[in-house]
Amino acid sequence: MKILSLLRSPAVRDGLGIGVAVGVAGLAFGTAAVAAGLSPAQAVFLSAFMFTGASQFALIGVIAGGGSLVAGALGALLLGARNTLYGLRLTDVLQWRGMRRVAAAHGVIDETTAVTLAQPDRVSARTAFVTTYVVLGSFWAATTLMGALATERVNDISAFGLDAVGPAIFLGLLWPRLRDEGGRTRLIALLGAGVALATTPFLPPGVPVLLAASAALIALLGPDPKTIASDANEKDPSMDRNEEVGS
Amino acid sequence: MTLWPVLIATAVGCYLLKYAGMAAPRRLLDNPWLRRFAIAVPVALLAALIAVEALRGQGQALAWDTARMAGVGAAVLALILRAPFLVVVVAAAVVTAGSRALGF
Repeated sequence: MKILSLLRSPAVRDGLGIGVAVGVAGLAFGTAAVAAGLSPAQAVFLSAFMFTGASQFALIGVIAGGGSLVAGALGALLLGARNTLYGLRLTDVLQWRGMRRVAAAHGVIDETTAVTLAQPDRVSARTAFVTTYVVLGSFWAATTLMGALATERVNDISAFGLDAVGPAIFLGLLWPRLRDEGGRTRLIALLGAGVALATTPFLPPGVPVLLAASAALIALLGPDPKTIASDANEKDPSMDRNEEVGS
Repeated sequence: MTLWPVLIATAVGCYLLKYAGMAAPRRLLDNPWLRRFAIAVPVALLAALIAVEALRGQGQALAWDTARMAGVGAAVLALILRAPFLVVVVAAAVVTAGSRALGF
């Protein structure tokens, strides 16, 4: 009976829902990874240990294009650096120390952050974090393996339209950020895309995306961010801006 | 396999970035410049990745693939309609596969 009442708690329900839905995207990752030239073992290794979808897709995108592996790794790390920001927020809510924190850090991604920060108190935040992490993590690894093994047996994966899955996943992550942040963010996005496209024919794959990150420097221009932050706090606390993520 | 060192190094780096956030002093989050830059970097990277992957051609060349662009368009439409993440991804694949089957 305890399990039944646990399943009914909103923290567990949120975690299960988002975990199952996003875990299925692992199918697309497994497929794309093997198509890029990774072995199924390498694909599952990334899902289990790197465990941050956008970075994984960015890395295999560079490998698929035959680009510089160093640029691919740097791009993946730069993209993974947003998890540092999530970690800062989460540690405040979860208040775990020592070995628990070492273990929990592995689970710091877009989805666990969104579900955890949406909870009203520390107990449900901890429950939500653990549920989302465990459910999403196991689905992600298992579906990566399924996608990888299936792709090994199929000759032409372009017939399944999987080359559109990468852009769709990045779009899903970008979309809520554009909606929340207004004009300057759209400018950063446009410049980032423009820089990457303009340099793609001349630089090894992976490098144009790294170069595009410099468009983010625009965020440092303009009015003093302190005034912006306090303006935004009246309508919408600026601290919560990047909680809403692509799922 | 020559890929393994890169995969392992990147995985370790990604973990350390996560751990650094959990172990760093809380006041870092109060630095407005740092926060502003940290929110902007993923936007620039994601937009660049969308553009480059959507228009990927042979080697380093860019190419327009009508079927793939139809799939990306379907993803945008799904996002406008506030569809869940999974629907966005599946719509992109299904529309691309469908357009390709129709000969685009």
